[in-house]
Amino acid sequence: MNTSSITKKISLAAVAILCMLFSFAQDKVEMADTFRSNGKIYVVVAVCLTILIGLFIYVTTLDRKLRRMEKEMKNEN
Amino acid sequence: MEVPHLHILNETIRNLYFHVCMWFGMMILFIVSFIYSIKYLSSGNLRHDIFAKTYAITGTVLGVLGYITGAIWANYTWVTDQSQSLGSILKEPKLIGAAIAILIYAAYFVLRGSFTDMDKRARVSAVYNIFAFAMLFPSIWIIPRMVGSLHPGAPGSDSGNPALSFNDIDSKLRVVFYPAVIGWSLLAVWITTLKIRIELLRDKDLISK
Repeated sequence: MNTSSITKKISLAAVAILCMLFSFAQDKVEMADTFRSNGKIYVVVAVCLTILIGLFIYVTTLDRKLRRMEKEMKNEN
Repeated sequence: MEVPHLHILNETIRNLYFHVCMWFGMMILFIVSFIYSIKYLSSGNLRHDIFAKTYAITGTVLGVLGYITGAIWANYTWVTDQSQSLGSILKEPKLIGAAIAILIYAAYFVLRGSFTDMDKRARVSAVYNIFAFAMLFPSIWIIPRMVGSLHPGAPGSDSGNPALSFNDIDSKLRVVFYPAVIGWSLLAVWITTLKIRIELLRDKDLISK
């Protein structure tokens, strides 16, 4: 076995180890989806919208109740 | 507004102004509902029964909104491991306690709906409402403080009160948080009074002034 093949093997092993290290470094837990971008500000947006939609649905049911009552009152008169 | 820079939470700390305010509002409305139930039992005035019912409904709506917003928040802050899912995260003592509290109030409305006699309905549901209010304390105030949880306020997180102890909440957050609590609660009270006025108009023949 000559010296050039040994250096080849060592450099190959070094490249393999480096690849492994890089792959570990890139193995991030947090996924890069929209909701985690910009410091997760979109989570706040989602929460805010949930509350607005929830209250809107609640007030809409109130509105329908009132409309039904108005109709009944008109029928009575 | 400037907020503290925290790991994991990042900008979601601003949810304090929404998620926590829902629970504060819910608690305030349930206290009002509890007081009106006691007033009904002592006076027998059906007006007080309508007040108690309506405040309990709006309180439950706020509780459901608080639960949903909490689930969204937890999905992006508590789920840190890829093997975890939202389902595994939601098995939290704090969350189960809150779900029990909301379901007890849901049973209050089922109970109300099962009576045809107005006076009997008002009397039995007023008693149930007082018990439901009493059940809030173990389910959302005591048990979550006794067992470990990811939610702030559990023994593991080194604080006594969820998001209220001085170790937990920054003074910069308090400037917005307290007005937000007052604002959301007043909004809920306003919607409730609208609902009460509709109900009083509808039943004006039955209710003695």
